[in-house]
Amino acid sequence: MTEFFQSTFLGYGFGWFLATLLLILFIALPLMLAVAMIIYADRKIWAAMALRRGPNVVGPLGLLQSFADGLKVFLQETIVPSAANRGLFVIAPIITFTVALIVWAVIPFGAGMVLADINVGLLYILAASSLGVYGVILAGWASNSKYPFYSAIRAAAQMVSYEVSIGFILISVVLWSGTFNMSGIVEGQRGQIFGVINAYGFNPLLFPMAVMFLISALAETARAPFDLTEAESELVAGYQTEYSSMSFALYWLGEYANVILMCGLNAILFWGGYLPPFEWAPLYMVPGIFWFFGKLLFFFFVFSWIKATVPRYRYDQLMRLGWKIFLPISLFWVFLVSGYLMLTRYSA
Amino acid sequence: MIQALAFYLFAALVIGSGLLTITARNPVHSVLWLILAFFNAAGLMLLVGAEFIAMLLVIVYVGAVAVLFLFVVMMLDIDFAELRAGFARYALFGLAIAIVLVSEMIIAAGAWSAGSLELAQRIAPTPNDMPNIQAVGGLLYTRYLYLFEAAGFVLLVAMIGAIVLTHRARSGVRPQNISEQVKRRPQDAVRNINQPSGQGVEL
Repeated sequence: MTEFFQSTFLGYGFGWFLATLLLILFIALPLMLAVAMIIYADRKIWAAMALRRGPNVVGPLGLLQSFADGLKVFLQETIVPSAANRGLFVIAPIITFTVALIVWAVIPFGAGMVLADINVGLLYILAASSLGVYGVILAGWASNSKYPFYSAIRAAAQMVSYEVSIGFILISVVLWSGTFNMSGIVEGQRGQIFGVINAYGFNPLLFPMAVMFLISALAETARAPFDLTEAESELVAGYQTEYSSMSFALYWLGEYANVILMCGLNAILFWGGYLPPFEWAPLYMVPGIFWFFGKLLFFFFVFSWIKATVPRYRYDQLMRLGWKIFLPISLFWVFLVSGYLMLTRYSA
Repeated sequence: MIQALAFYLFAALVIGSGLLTITARNPVHSVLWLILAFFNAAGLMLLVGAEFIAMLLVIVYVGAVAVLFLFVVMMLDIDFAELRAGFARYALFGLAIAIVLVSEMIIAAGAWSAGSLELAQRIAPTPNDMPNIQAVGGLLYTRYLYLFEAAGFVLLVAMIGAIVLTHRARSGVRPQNISEQVKRRPQDAVRNINQPSGQGVEL
């Protein structure tokens, strides 16, 4: 598409600009739609596990519930508390939302279907997700209210703690695949197990990392059972307590976009991304994007399942899990994986 | 053209946010301007083709160092008037540091441009088809291995030092012993007894 635009009257630079802009919209708009539908799915799954009906009034089967909620939020009045730090109060949700969107630039949806095929793709994701902390801290601080501030401190400490072990988990995947490029990591999984199964997750050396990544992803996105940042009984509603209207909606959208991203990362890093599960020609008839979204949705179901069944952790237990269990294990695992590769792949 | 535009955008933002870092009245705003400066410096790194350094700059400085910095500044109860009172006292000293820095930069740039051929070649020390993350790794783990490991040891010592300085054993606390809790079985905790009425309960 970029070449097509560059070949028209627009010329090289402007053609590239317009094509990239269109591709960004091509990712961002479906993502917003996906967030609306995934919130609906989340509520439906949660309700089904609690033997309730869930949203079922707006539209057939309640399918339009999220859009109704969005419209309601859109029509509300934006309230900025008088004691708040006005500029930062407005900027904070924009940061969260933007960061949740920019990460998608390096996600490969299919073979070659990626906006920016950069060779430090995984580092880019780490960098962008480390920016996400600011939206949360600034919201807590700028609100000038004690519960949002408590929640923001909890959230920031939690995200920073789990980013450490996520970093080491990613390093062991990178060691195995030998590249930071996202498409390269997916392609490296082709025929990983006995030349048949396309997934790092079934590799006995990487399977523990896959499990730890799933749990760390829950903590990183502050999903249940690690949703201490919005523990209702303690903190009203978390760092976004003072927010209303669209600024609240931006947090809402950003959080769920991050959840979808983490589900997608699970699929890409450990379960073959856009590759079919088995190396078998008929399975390649299905386009890669369907395999990717199928895996992504499976992991989202697992996230909802966990939310519906596992009680919330206590904060010191969360920190203990991150620093005293995940960090040593993942650190040891980097050592183990690199040692194994040194003995087998790079011994010559 | 686009690259030149991007360069001037990033450079102007670095300088502007650097200025605002030292002039902002609120220390939290200062830290935030500093973060913006870091972020745009990463953009400049991208333009010279050092994408690995750019990502590290964002991950390490923006994602870790500045977050801690912001935490500390937010928690502190800073007296702004007292901070500004010391300005005149340190202004001369600061000016001296600024002069030293500027002259060093001029000397370095001059030596670079007037240098011999070998120095000029260092602008592109890696083969073009090699991602610079591989080039950096290749150098760090072979030629500079001992220096790299020495840097790691320095960090380890610093970490241990920080833990030793802040750690204190408190008496009278009852920490949770998770392995003991997991090891507990129902028969250790629950008794089923058929208690005859009127005889009281043994506790």
